[in-house]
Amino acid sequence: MDKILRVNMTNLTTAVEEVPAEWAGLGGRALTSTIVAKEVPPACHALGPNNKLVFAPGLLSGTAASNSGRLSAGAKSPLTGGIKESNVGGTAAQMFARLGIKALIVEGMPKGEGWYALKVGKDGVTIEEERGLLGLGNFAVIEALQSLLGKKTGVIGIGPAGEMRLTAANISVKDPSGKIRSHGRGGLGAVMGSKRIKFIAIDDEGAPGIQLADPEAFKNASRIFTKALMDHPVSGQGLPTYGTNVLVNILHEAGGLPTRNFTHGQFDGHEQICGETMHDTIVARGGKPRHGCHAGCVIQCSQVYHDKDGQYLTSGFEYETIWGLGANCLITELDDIAQADSIMDDLGIDSIETAVAFGVAMEAGLLPWGDGKEVVRILREEIGKGTALGRVIGSGAGAVGRTYGVTRVPVVKNQAIPAYDPRSVKGIGITYCTSPMGADHTAGYTIATNILNVGGQVDPLKKDGQIELSRNLQIATAAIDSTGMCIFIAFPALDIPECLPALIDMINARFGAKLTGDDVTGLGKTVLKLERAFNLAAGLTSADDRLPEFFHSDPVAPHQAVWDFTNEEIDAFWNF
Amino acid sequence: MAPITVTIKLFAHFRNGRFKEADHQFPPGVACREVILGLGFRLGEMGIVMVNGQHAPLDYQLNERDTLALFPLVGGG
Repeated sequence: MDKILRVNMTNLTTAVEEVPAEWAGLGGRALTSTIVAKEVPPACHALGPNNKLVFAPGLLSGTAASNSGRLSAGAKSPLTGGIKESNVGGTAAQMFARLGIKALIVEGMPKGEGWYALKVGKDGVTIEEERGLLGLGNFAVIEALQSLLGKKTGVIGIGPAGEMRLTAANISVKDPSGKIRSHGRGGLGAVMGSKRIKFIAIDDEGAPGIQLADPEAFKNASRIFTKALMDHPVSGQGLPTYGTNVLVNILHEAGGLPTRNFTHGQFDGHEQICGETMHDTIVARGGKPRHGCHAGCVIQCSQVYHDKDGQYLTSGFEYETIWGLGANCLITELDDIAQADSIMDDLGIDSIETAVAFGVAMEAGLLPWGDGKEVVRILREEIGKGTALGRVIGSGAGAVGRTYGVTRVPVVKNQAIPAYDPRSVKGIGITYCTSPMGADHTAGYTIATNILNVGGQVDPLKKDGQIELSRNLQIATAAIDSTGMCIFIAFPALDIPECLPALIDMINARFGAKLTGDDVTGLGKTVLKLERAFNLAAGLTSADDRLPEFFHSDPVAPHQAVWDFTNEEIDAFWNF
Repeated sequence: MAPITVTIKLFAHFRNGRFKEADHQFPPGVACREVILGLGFRLGEMGIVMVNGQHAPLDYQLNERDTLALFPLVGGG
């Protein structure tokens, strides 16, 4: 029987609850957003006692379905002031699902200065005081917990950034290699820090496991689904070989690679940081070009990146991180970026927010453009040690801009704009504006259709069709984020007709349900509207669904493109 | 008519056994399709074809000093 675990940090009590009927058909983002919308007062302070932090595995997590091991975390975001859902790979989602945990809800806030840990297992959840691991980075925490609790223990934790309640702080989740995957964007690590929880350890020994309503139907659908993932050239070949970083050269060529804090659309140093160079470097140094973030991933877009001496340096080395410190900060040394990536994982801080914050800091003259060594020093010595400068940068791009009087601050709802210039890839600009999450490329990844020719072709430089494209993708993404699936299944789902029906068949076979494609689209619409309603009640308005002024006034080379959507055109996004 | 010079850029595994970037000469009015086939690619392998940073159809006729960029079907995010 599935259950809800509830932890009250004010009273230090825990409870195991039945799953309310209206939550039974929900998982992942649909469930975290539903719980946050129902139980969190929208106007509350995100770091106060009235915010709640909710974890939920997806509908298919814990099953044998390929790529279904994503865990959603939700809360009111201290960065955007709106609702937040962020999902992650790692081992926790599958452990939760096998334990029959539909959601873990953390509410309240301890009165004193003490810190705590949660232990989740087959009998529920307990709260323990925590002293020994405070102040440590994520890698040390995972290592300590593995020696204390065993190699298989699941870990959801915060690093020093979360302990300091920095608004760029992540929640970090142990992956199958004992490294880190991140609930990024929006500062959920600060929310966990405000609840004074250093880590959640998971033990799935004796877990009841997953009971499929129709195992045979599940097996058949799962086979078709996996074949679609393997057959599509993006998920089957491109991502496993080059990782997401193959995008550096594509966006450079298309003039959509934000460079020098969004002043150019192309970067002269692109070949030094691109996916092709990274692939060759990884192979030459004995690293792994392919690596999965969770068991059952057949795409394997992650990688293991070694340093010059052949020693492990980082993994999960993503395009957005490499773009952010590379093109956007003009750093051309891939090793410096890899080192920064590893430190950000250890501190538990968002590599998009932080990289964009560094771009704004460089514009403010706080450090020279392209100085990768100084970025590494600031990460370690300033953010890591919680100096005033470190806390400003660790609070994100908006905070750096406000503190130092910079006007070119690429944020929407105070969340940093990622690796695709919205002037020259206009569909993604609509996603940045309208997503209830703040500027987030994953919320409606129009790059697929604007640039990559997946799911058709919509000219990235024209306004035509962008609202519909972003809307359709945001609806589909909200639904996919509820299944526990990796968003990269969208590439085959957009092009291979059998893929999406197989996904729905798996959900039906898992629960004995009779969902149709329309039901799944309906779920996506409901989730988006629920999230939007929370944001409006929290005080956000359509004036927050806008790009910063400089995107209108400053044309970006090489296409000399500007952001030219009217407010009315953007607001029409919500007409569905 | 004098031949035209076109800069060709290849990406991802298209580079294997070929080149990253090279100037080639073609008769005036040559279409992207002919250039692609001439390099030994199948049309079905093409993910993205860009001329001067913009998506171009296969029958697009190239001009002097155009840059033709060829990508296999790849992606990320």
